[in-house]
Amino acid sequence: MLNINGIVKGLVIDHIRAGLGIKIFNYLGLDKAGFTVALIMNAPSTKLGRKDMIKIENVIDLDYTVLGLIDHNITINVIEDERIKEKIKLKLPREVENVIRCKNPRCITSVEKYLPHVFFLVDEDRGEYRCRYCEESYPLPEV
Amino acid sequence: MLKGRHLIDPMDFTLEEMDELFELAGKMTEKPERYSRICNGKILATLFYEPSTRTRLSFEAAMLRLGGSTLGFSEPNSSSVAKGESIADTIRTVACYADIAVMRSPKEGAPRVASMYSDIPVINAGDGGHHHPTQTLTDLFTIKSLKKRISNLTVGFCGDLKFGRTVHSLIKAMSRYEKIQFIFISPEELRIPDYIKEMVLKKENIGFVEVERMEEVMGSLDILYMTRVQRERFFNEEDYLRLKDTYILDKDKMKAAKEDMIVLHPLPRVNEISYEVDRDPRACYFKQVRYGMYVRMALIAKLLGVDEGC
Repeated sequence: MLNINGIVKGLVIDHIRAGLGIKIFNYLGLDKAGFTVALIMNAPSTKLGRKDMIKIENVIDLDYTVLGLIDHNITINVIEDERIKEKIKLKLPREVENVIRCKNPRCITSVEKYLPHVFFLVDEDRGEYRCRYCEESYPLPEV
Repeated sequence: MLKGRHLIDPMDFTLEEMDELFELAGKMTEKPERYSRICNGKILATLFYEPSTRTRLSFEAAMLRLGGSTLGFSEPNSSSVAKGESIADTIRTVACYADIAVMRSPKEGAPRVASMYSDIPVINAGDGGHHHPTQTLTDLFTIKSLKKRISNLTVGFCGDLKFGRTVHSLIKAMSRYEKIQFIFISPEELRIPDYIKEMVLKKENIGFVEVERMEEVMGSLDILYMTRVQRERFFNEEDYLRLKDTYILDKDKMKAAKEDMIVLHPLPRVNEISYEVDRDPRACYFKQVRYGMYVRMALIAKLLGVDEGC
C-alpha cells in the first residue's frame, strides 16, 4: 500500500473519477506549485472502484464551478490541524460563463467575439449543457 | 402583458399570451380598417442579414397596414455590417431611429444577442436552422382560424421532418395544447429527430406514429402540413426515386382525405404539392400567408402596446 503523509493545513480533493486527476492537476497549475502536492491515481474506492485524489499542503482558491464541471462527484476536504474542518460536495453548476466554448459554426458566438460563451445546465442526470444563443446541446462538455 | 417584450423563441409566450395575440389577430382579420392608423408615427426596422423576401414583405405589409412606416436593409452587403459592425452596436443605433425591430440572420442566436442590447422590442424573423417564431405563430393562427381550435386534432407532417425547423417548432408549440396526435410521414432518412420524440412527445405523453407513405394515413388527418423533400437529403438516388412520389400531394391522394381536412405549407413549394390541388378548397397555404400577415400585425401592435382600446 502506497503511503502518503497526512497534511496539517490544506486541501484534499477526493473522489475524482479515475483518470481525471491529471486534468484537474493541470487545470489548477499544480505542476508549478511551491508547496507539497500529491497526485494519487487509481486508488481503491468503495464508492467508485478506482479513484484519483489530490492532496495540497496549502490553502488555495479553487473555482468550484469549473471543478464541478470537470467532475461533479468530487468532494473537497478542507484540512486544519490535521483534521477535516469542512467537507464540500461539488455539483454541476446551473450556469457557466467562458468555461465551455460553443463549437457550432453557425452560432453567433463564432463571429461576434465580444460575447461571453454562456451555457445553462438542462439535464442534470446526463450533465447536459445548452448554449445560451444557438441552444446547441453538449452532454458532458469538454472544459 | 406583451408591451415592450421580445419574441425570440416560439415558446417565449404563455398560452394565455398566445390567446390574447390570436384574439387581436382575429379582430384584425375581420375588420382590418379599424386598425389602419394605430401605428401612425411608429417605425419598424427590418434588419435582414440574409435575403428573405417573403418574410420581409409580410412584416412590411403588416406595419404599413397598421399605418406605420418601415426602414432597414435586406442583405448585409448594403449595410454597416459589411464594415464589420457588431450586432450589439447595430441594434443600439437602430433603436435610436425605430420603435421596433425585426431581425433575420443566418447566425443562430443573433436575434437573442440583439434583444440583450436593445431598448426596443426585437422580433426574430428566422436565425439559421434555429427558430422562426412568427412562422409558428402563423401556423397556429391559421389552424385556430380555420379549425376554430388548436386542440383535439390529428396533425400529419409530411416530407423532410429531420431538418425542418418549421416542423420542429410547430410540434413543440402544439404539444402545449390538449388532445393533439401527430402522424409523421417521411422516408426513414428524414424522420423526426430522437430528441423531439424524447424531450417533447414522450415527456408530454403525446401520441404519435411514424409512417413512410401518405396514402396509409390520409383519411385520419385533420391537418396535413406539407414540407419539401430535397433530393440532396437522400443517401442514395435509388431511395429518392423510390420514395419521391409518395411525398407529392396530388388530386388522387386528396380523395382519401376528410372533407374538412386542411393542407398547410410554409412555402415556397417546389413540386411537393401539385398545382391541381390549389383548386381544392382544402388547400389553405395561401390563406396561411394572409393569416401570417394578420398575426404579425397583431404581434407588432401588442409589442408596441398600441392595441389598447381596440
